[in-house]
Amino acid sequence: MQPMRVKGTGERMKPRRSRLVGVLIAAAATALVVVAFIPSGASASRANSALVAPEANAPVPSSVGKGEGKLNLIAWEGYVQPEWTKPFEKQTGCQVNVKYAGSSSEMVALMANGGGGQYDMVSASGDADLRLIYGGDVRPVNISLIPSWKDFQPFLQSPPFNTIGGKHYGVSFEFGPNVLLYSTKTFKTAPTSWSVLYNKKYAGEITVPDNPIQIADAALYLSKSDPKLGITDPYELTQPQFNATVALLKQEHPLVKKYWDLASQEISLFQSGTTVVGAAWPYQTNTLQADKVAVAETIPSEGATGWADTWMLATKAPDPNCSYKWMQWMTTPQIQAEDAISFGETPGNELACPIMDKLQKGSCEAYHANEPSSYFQSIKFWKTPLATCDNGKNDCVPFQDWVTAWTSIIG
Amino acid sequence: MSTTAIREDRSSKGMARVSAALWRRAWLRATLTLTPPLAWFLVIYIASLVLMLVTAFWTVNPFTNVLEHSWTLANFNQLFTSPYPTIILRTVEMAAIVTVTDALIALPFAYYMARVASPRTRRLLFTAVLLPLWASYLARVYAWIVILQKGGTLSWTTSKLGLGAVNIGYTNTAMWIVFSYIWLPFMIVPLYGALERIPDSLLEASGDLGARAWRTLRTVVLPLALPGIIAGSIFTFSLTLGDFITPLLVGGASAQFIGNVIYSNIGTANNLPFAAMLAFVPIVIMTVYLLGARALGAFESL
Repeated sequence: MQPMRVKGTGERMKPRRSRLVGVLIAAAATALVVVAFIPSGASASRANSALVAPEANAPVPSSVGKGEGKLNLIAWEGYVQPEWTKPFEKQTGCQVNVKYAGSSSEMVALMANGGGGQYDMVSASGDADLRLIYGGDVRPVNISLIPSWKDFQPFLQSPPFNTIGGKHYGVSFEFGPNVLLYSTKTFKTAPTSWSVLYNKKYAGEITVPDNPIQIADAALYLSKSDPKLGITDPYELTQPQFNATVALLKQEHPLVKKYWDLASQEISLFQSGTTVVGAAWPYQTNTLQADKVAVAETIPSEGATGWADTWMLATKAPDPNCSYKWMQWMTTPQIQAEDAISFGETPGNELACPIMDKLQKGSCEAYHANEPSSYFQSIKFWKTPLATCDNGKNDCVPFQDWVTAWTSIIG
Repeated sequence: MSTTAIREDRSSKGMARVSAALWRRAWLRATLTLTPPLAWFLVIYIASLVLMLVTAFWTVNPFTNVLEHSWTLANFNQLFTSPYPTIILRTVEMAAIVTVTDALIALPFAYYMARVASPRTRRLLFTAVLLPLWASYLARVYAWIVILQKGGTLSWTTSKLGLGAVNIGYTNTAMWIVFSYIWLPFMIVPLYGALERIPDSLLEASGDLGARAWRTLRTVVLPLALPGIIAGSIFTFSLTLGDFITPLLVGGASAQFIGNVIYSNIGTANNLPFAAMLAFVPIVIMTVYLLGARALGAFESL
């Protein structure tokens, strides 16, 4: 029978430990050698000075030539579905390869150095667009080569998040508003203000997205409820405005049941009746209503934020012709309608509405594709918060501080 | 013919010489055998770990999100500012509570399995303990969401029993229950190993010397089971410390763990240096924990 050792003795381990130290030193040395070979400061502080789009004067083609045979995309999952890539490949001979990105920041990082000569296009959201444009990672396109562009909602033809100084850095794709979702059991009439999300009456029954850009939603509310702060653009906040917004969100924190990361989480929160009011996408409303859950959505009087995605062309795109063919394809009413239903968002192309209804009855109305322009005007689309405000002053809070502040709000 | 024979003879002589040389020089033999696995270990495991830690001293360009290879302690300084101390404390606290809970549940269970149950029952119990590990982690966590949420199985049962509805979905209590459930097998198995190894003679001797059951448990069984408990606690503690899925799915509004902050810094913020710095924290905590565990002899029963 072997003796049982309950208390260990340190002595035995000594020689082994010194050898371990040797191994670690060797490993550290290896790593440092590796590190030394990595080019340092690849693009250090390239874009922080005066804001000029480095590629603004890059030449644009006057016609689309023969396809290069391939196309490498960075996209949100769900944007490159076989339903519309297969016919595209057949028609153009451009083989589509896609890398899915999980966040706007990941897209920006993947697109570093103009796509690195590897990627052609990215389906960037408004909160990444300006970072890509001012980082020199994307270049202007000749919008007249994309026939469907003229059928787009006017506010999506040259929006400030992808068109700078008359130059189009890609073509708008689809969009969606961030709506107020509520239980019709709790609210007999639609709430008229976002204030319900900050109301103690609904403590423990509120849910909001877990996303730093959510700060803009609170800023939008404050721009109306507290005019003294002087907030005119929820994405351009001076330090005092930003602090007031963060303070409001910190007050909201004890009232929030859960910060949702996945749309499915919010759906199950409302299904079980755990939450009765929250910030959501139309996708959640439609899924819940299809499931006979008593909910409805509204855009309160303050307006709403929203996301809008753009297919942007990488500065070093190796396959520009296939890229133009892709932009032409993805903006056609048919593909716009297919994506709108498959992904759960609103098409940019106005002609997509009847096709949507043909594919799925009532889907055009459900995703607001037929709303009047006043509806779209009430949406403040996501754009990258920059240190430089629109007025040229350098006193706005940049996106990185938004991320830090968000962690401190929900932490 | 003869030249071939000579050549063959020579080559076999050569082989013999090589093997003789190897036999005489033990260090050479060891070097040749150990180099490939050691190199693999160094390059794949240690070097990548060191690289990650080196990354913690870099920063990311806030605008372009590109890594900047300039040395700075900024990431580490940020660790001591709100909310990170709270998050670290919350994580360690949960890991500790889950470990204690699992130890308390596992001790009687493992004792019954190891010393009381018939071989057939033991096999059955073993299967019951290990069976959940065959199902997907996510499926089990989602099952608990259904059980714990408002109007879920638990609340339905308690209200039928006249105890009123219990709504603990999306709270820290929910996280505690789910963590304790998920990591329980990792506590039972090493504890079973430790208890099974206790010789019957020790228990008999204890009884012969007049100790009652309780005293035997306290002075004989528990000290001998301690290495098993500690071995199990290494699993439950480190697994809870590094988890981010359960807090994300089951936790409420204040459920940020170290893992969640790392996850959002890699995903949403794409700030790899800060994530790498945060990865330091569990490593440091676990190193301290393992050194303590070694002092208590936990590795004897692994």
